[in-house]
Amino acid sequence: MATFKDFRNNVKPNWCPGCGDFSVQAAIQRAAANVGIVPEELAVVSGIGCSGRISGYINSYGFHGIHGRALPIAQGVKMANRDLTVIASGGDGDGFAIGMGHTIHSIRRNIDVTYIVMDNQIYGLTKGQTSPRSEMGFKTKSTPAGSIESALGVMELAISAGAGFVAQSFSSDLKELTSIIEQGINHKGFSLINVFSPCVTFNKINTYDWFKENLTSLSTIEGYDPSNRSQAMNTLMEYNGLVTGLIYQDKEKPSYESLVKGFKEEPLAKQDIALDQGQFDKLLTEFM
Amino acid sequence: MINQLSWKVGGQQGEGIESTGEIFSMALSRQGYYLYGYRHFSSRIKGGHTNNKIRVSTTATNSISDDLDILVAFDQETIDLNHHELRPGGVIIGDSKFSPKQPEGCTANLFSVPFTEIATDLGTSLMKNMVAVGASSALLGLKVEAFNSVVEQIFSRKGASVVEKNLQAIEAGMEYFKKEAEGSVGDFQLKEADGKSRMFMIGNDAIALGALAGGARFMPAYPITPASEIMEYLIKKLPEYGGTVIQTEDEIAACTMAIGANYAGVRSLTASAGPGLSLMMEAIGLSGITETPLVIVDTQRGGPSTGLPTKQEQSDIFAMIYGTHGEIPKVVITPSTVEEAFYDAVEAFNIAEEYQVPVILVTDLALSLGKQTVEPLDFSKVNIRRGKLNLEEELPELEKSAYFKRYEVTDDGVSKRVIPGMKNGIHHVTGVEHNEQGKPSESPENRKAQMDKRLRKLQELPKVFPSPVYKDERHEEADLLILGFNSTRGTIQEAIPRLEKDGLKVNHGQVRLLHPFPTDELKAMVDKAKKVVVVENNATGQLTQLTKMNLSRGDIQSILKYDGNPFLPSEIHNQCKELF
Repeated sequence: MATFKDFRNNVKPNWCPGCGDFSVQAAIQRAAANVGIVPEELAVVSGIGCSGRISGYINSYGFHGIHGRALPIAQGVKMANRDLTVIASGGDGDGFAIGMGHTIHSIRRNIDVTYIVMDNQIYGLTKGQTSPRSEMGFKTKSTPAGSIESALGVMELAISAGAGFVAQSFSSDLKELTSIIEQGINHKGFSLINVFSPCVTFNKINTYDWFKENLTSLSTIEGYDPSNRSQAMNTLMEYNGLVTGLIYQDKEKPSYESLVKGFKEEPLAKQDIALDQGQFDKLLTEFM
Repeated sequence: MINQLSWKVGGQQGEGIESTGEIFSMALSRQGYYLYGYRHFSSRIKGGHTNNKIRVSTTATNSISDDLDILVAFDQETIDLNHHELRPGGVIIGDSKFSPKQPEGCTANLFSVPFTEIATDLGTSLMKNMVAVGASSALLGLKVEAFNSVVEQIFSRKGASVVEKNLQAIEAGMEYFKKEAEGSVGDFQLKEADGKSRMFMIGNDAIALGALAGGARFMPAYPITPASEIMEYLIKKLPEYGGTVIQTEDEIAACTMAIGANYAGVRSLTASAGPGLSLMMEAIGLSGITETPLVIVDTQRGGPSTGLPTKQEQSDIFAMIYGTHGEIPKVVITPSTVEEAFYDAVEAFNIAEEYQVPVILVTDLALSLGKQTVEPLDFSKVNIRRGKLNLEEELPELEKSAYFKRYEVTDDGVSKRVIPGMKNGIHHVTGVEHNEQGKPSESPENRKAQMDKRLRKLQELPKVFPSPVYKDERHEEADLLILGFNSTRGTIQEAIPRLEKDGLKVNHGQVRLLHPFPTDELKAMVDKAKKVVVVENNATGQLTQLTKMNLSRGDIQSILKYDGNPFLPSEIHNQCKELF
């Protein structure tokens, strides 16, 4: 049995002291140990941005790709080897701006990948520009007079796109975050986990204190049922998306892999790829 | 009796023009004739002129012909647009329904045959294509039996009576035409072929088949003309071999998904045309710096932007060679026949894994979509080589906190590769410059070591790549060397005997490996020629420039065509003659 320490490496993150991403890193390491996998069974694929560096800070197979494309890379990895636990991760710019198309289509496709977004409502690595998650009026280097575009309600969007697993958490609550990631990994199909992960350097509005004041845990809402899609939607609207916990899960939704014709349990990467003469001749005959 | 002829059928898109050509050519193919087809079509589904030109010959043929012997027309537009191609004494067979008229100055024999009426009398006007096939086949001296197996294959699902009706329609077309044309046309009777049934396929079929035989099991792709047939073939076949095709949201997803699957150990490809390739450029760089094998097919069409999406062009080669920012090792392969497209597709996966680089297999529309006769493909030439990929061996235990040296600096530049899931193989992969373990590093020494390592991987490739240039060197000292790439090979081959007849000594080279450039091989060819000319379907002479640059030779000329149509043999013949 691996422990969370086995998922640690000796690379020192280049995140600012106090960055919310440290908790996400720790939560992934704990969740991986808790679901009972060993480091070589985990592949973490990440995008570009401060948070995109996370794949280099976990002792597992890691692939740090290009901006906005963590999801297609992760889906390729999972299709090649369905025995792997595949986590995709990145920031809100990565997943909801440049990579938004992939996010929506990953939801539709439903390949068994756990997507963890570190959402700080700002572009950190480029030193403070607006993000699709920034509220109207938010002043940044690229919006000196305040943002005049509305913030994207990603949880609502995910549910309406047909997501089978939608959850939200907060960097301050390592216990809940770990549990949510565990549930995401165990979910058979695509899971979207948005984590409020404050940028202590460039976002002076959405701070730890701000989130503590404004977030509502779904566990405090009486009768909340994460299998109820319309309740999930209504609750998100009621709280302007500022809730934490498992928002919606459809445990019955079949994963993409389970629907692919002829797709074997044995990972594709382990199957023999050579044809024999008989198979080849048959293929040729079809062109005669 | 004649050895070869050219036949064209035309009409409105969506009217079954393609299937008319298909049935006609399949029947001839099964009689043992060699065929070469070119489709003229537009970027729309219904309406607009479309035609299918098919060359039929008793010997191998790899080019469209200058002129036309028989034109089968379903509308007047087909006659008006195409009659100028007909040779003197050629024949037009038009459906009486539209009262075909001879255009001014046209000397071809015009026959009006009631395609639609005969078909309707037999049960349904849908069979007018069959009547047309029959009428034109009568001219060639074919018997209705030649169509039995093809019609059976296509219509048996719909029942024996449908098969029977369609054969009747062919026969009725034959009978009508024979009566109508008796004694009034020249000799269109084809000499008997050898009766061997050969494969008849488009370049995209050959690439898809090559990918399958070469071990590709996963293809993420986005539909585009003229590449879609590759994904369409593989979605039919891959599930039988455990794999699959995913139609992605865009070409960026297609390319990065293929990178993900290759990284995890599955041979994966994507295929597109110029617009999709433009979107993939950043991801190709990722494949280069992370040394993740990747195979991309670029089926060139008319650019730039949407350009001429259904027309022939060869203008992507600079983009394919230089299109990624930064500097990476990359391989660009340009097969020049359907057979080569098959073997090169297999080889693309071997090279991608042996050198751990992106490989772009480039075709052009004429090669990708032109349907042609293919000699039997040789399975013994299909071998799978995965280079330094380690799938079995127990890896030595890693020192505490150390990663597997995925990017170990080696003499040949290629490092051992392991895939996720392997114990003691953990390493990091990143598009950021990295050290031997894959961890980000900005140290100048490391940067230089890793850059040099990557860039030396392909140094020897032009020496080991199978025939980087297809050579037809008849002369030790030639007046002219003609160079080309992709589908122009057959057309150049057809122009050469005409030039030789004019008294010129002509050698020919078709470049099959565009990058890294086979400089030594080409230099030896160029040195034997007084003049060198590059034939290419683009406006700026990209291969000409590439050749000049690599060979440090300024006196290389171009014959260019960029109107959307492939070269005709006569164009190459005439323009080469003008050089002297």
